[in-house]
Amino acid sequence: MSDTPSITRDDVASLARLARIDLAPDTLDHYAEQLAQILGAVAQVSEVAADDIPPMSHPLPLVNVFREDVVRPGLSNAEALSGAPSVESDRFRVPRILDEE
Amino acid sequence: MSLGADLIRFTASETAAAISAGEVSAVEVAQAHLDRIAAVDGRVHAFLHVDTEGALEAAAAVDASRAAGERLSPLAGVPLALKDVLTQRGIPTTCGSRILEGWRPPYDSTVTARLKAAGVVILGKTNMDEFAMGSSTEHSAYGPTHNPWDLDRIPGGSGGGSAAALAAFEAPLAIGTDTGGSIRQPAAVTGTVGVKPTYGGVSRFGLVALASSLDQAGPCARTVLDTALLHATIAGHDPLDSTSADVPVPDVVAAALRADVRGMRIGVVKELSGEGYQAGVRQRFDESVAILTELGAEVVEVACPNFPYALAAYYLILPSEASSNLAKFDGVRFGLRVGEDDGSPSIEQVMGRTRAAGFGPEVIRRIMLGTYALSSGYYDAYYGQAQKVRTLIARDFAAAFEKVDVLISPTAPTTAFKLGEKLDDPVAMYLNDIATIPANLAGTPGMSLPVGLAPEDGLPVGLQIMAPAMADDRLYNVGAALEAALLRQWGHPILQEAPSL
Repeated sequence: MSDTPSITRDDVASLARLARIDLAPDTLDHYAEQLAQILGAVAQVSEVAADDIPPMSHPLPLVNVFREDVVRPGLSNAEALSGAPSVESDRFRVPRILDEE
Repeated sequence: MSLGADLIRFTASETAAAISAGEVSAVEVAQAHLDRIAAVDGRVHAFLHVDTEGALEAAAAVDASRAAGERLSPLAGVPLALKDVLTQRGIPTTCGSRILEGWRPPYDSTVTARLKAAGVVILGKTNMDEFAMGSSTEHSAYGPTHNPWDLDRIPGGSGGGSAAALAAFEAPLAIGTDTGGSIRQPAAVTGTVGVKPTYGGVSRFGLVALASSLDQAGPCARTVLDTALLHATIAGHDPLDSTSADVPVPDVVAAALRADVRGMRIGVVKELSGEGYQAGVRQRFDESVAILTELGAEVVEVACPNFPYALAAYYLILPSEASSNLAKFDGVRFGLRVGEDDGSPSIEQVMGRTRAAGFGPEVIRRIMLGTYALSSGYYDAYYGQAQKVRTLIARDFAAAFEKVDVLISPTAPTTAFKLGEKLDDPVAMYLNDIATIPANLAGTPGMSLPVGLAPEDGLPVGLQIMAPAMADDRLYNVGAALEAALLRQWGHPILQEAPSL
């Protein structure tokens, strides 16, 4: 396919924002160039005539896999919190969640 | 040669037999490997963490069981190198990333739990491309692993640490994970054996996910039989993984011992040959085809017309799943948190700063690519279309397996390349996995085993065997037959030709 969308510096900034990655401004151009190259290569998928082909999301056709509804051992509170960067009163401590304005 | 020098060259099955017979203790075996790691890993860098104390304790427990007259499992006391993407309780698990530096998981992955239950001695955690994204281990945040055949070259990836540990005689067994070739391609470029089992064959519980519909943990070793013994130890249904297949594990050990291809139909994949494959890779592959024919197999060419699109589909599906899976690294529940110092930043600001500081360039590229492919307006053209191509690739396999019992191809298009050669050229790096990716998309099993050295550079060449889902035993039958014929021809295992470190 020839109409591969070009990726601009602003596109990269917007993708980085969506992905919650605070990229340094001086890296945006390089990422834009590389993403454009990769997209150029993967756009090949559009060469395949597949309109009537069902999509495959997973190799195993599994639906609704449940376990027995019984209590089994899990992590203790202390174990669950053991890897957290910040803990307070037996809970994960997070920075403020609301914007200032 | 000292006892230790002999012990590190034993196969896993020889080691287990010697321990079981009381000819050597598990502690002696563990110590010999720890000594080897101390002597050579400064140059190889296969390990991110060596658990000396834990390994010796586990080995002592095996010796105590034996002394108490208990029956030992087939791999009891054999040392193993565990890829750093699988959790082991209390042992650092980084996935090759800064964002998980220092994280000590509070639980064992199912693979780890099964290894421990079998008395396998876990020596430490092996280096890998960050979150398994790469084909060279150069994307590890902790520096690359070096190929024991030539320390200036890549050991493959993402499981380069596990493969290099085997080739450097630091461990006779290793665990890898394979999302697009991360077990098979490192095996190919290090002269070792690696198997990606059927999707769902080995539990993913405690395997830090890259792409959940593609990831599969599997066994790595220096011989086909050792790989089978490890496969049998870790495989089988696990209620903790909802995508685990609730079917019996194929008898891979019996298949490795059978090693008989007479009357089998073997298909050479037409689309995975020719242009783009190094001359020495083609030569060793063609010689192996001749050997399989001599051994009594019927070898024919089989077309898989959609395979040329597998790479493109994969690099849309994988980043899409990865961008979602890696969203959990938010600086709250585990791992790194940075950027809280100036005033009172919001959680979004801290998250953005943490992820920018914690993720390397390849992870950032793939997260952004996945975010793009899943975004409104592009979803149908990219992710949706890739899923349809995935169906066509699975259909190519299904049609091929109506004609033949297994498919074969070179594992990788080239031998090990120089460190740094493709580091900043993502598309060139991605091409390494061109022959291994189709099996991940279809969920079918694949093996790589060494079939010689390329005459032009003296580096190992791997041959890939692919089988239908849940017919993993066929890989071992064909692999063991070819391995035995090559051993007769060479007169010694291929790793004996590797330079001593």
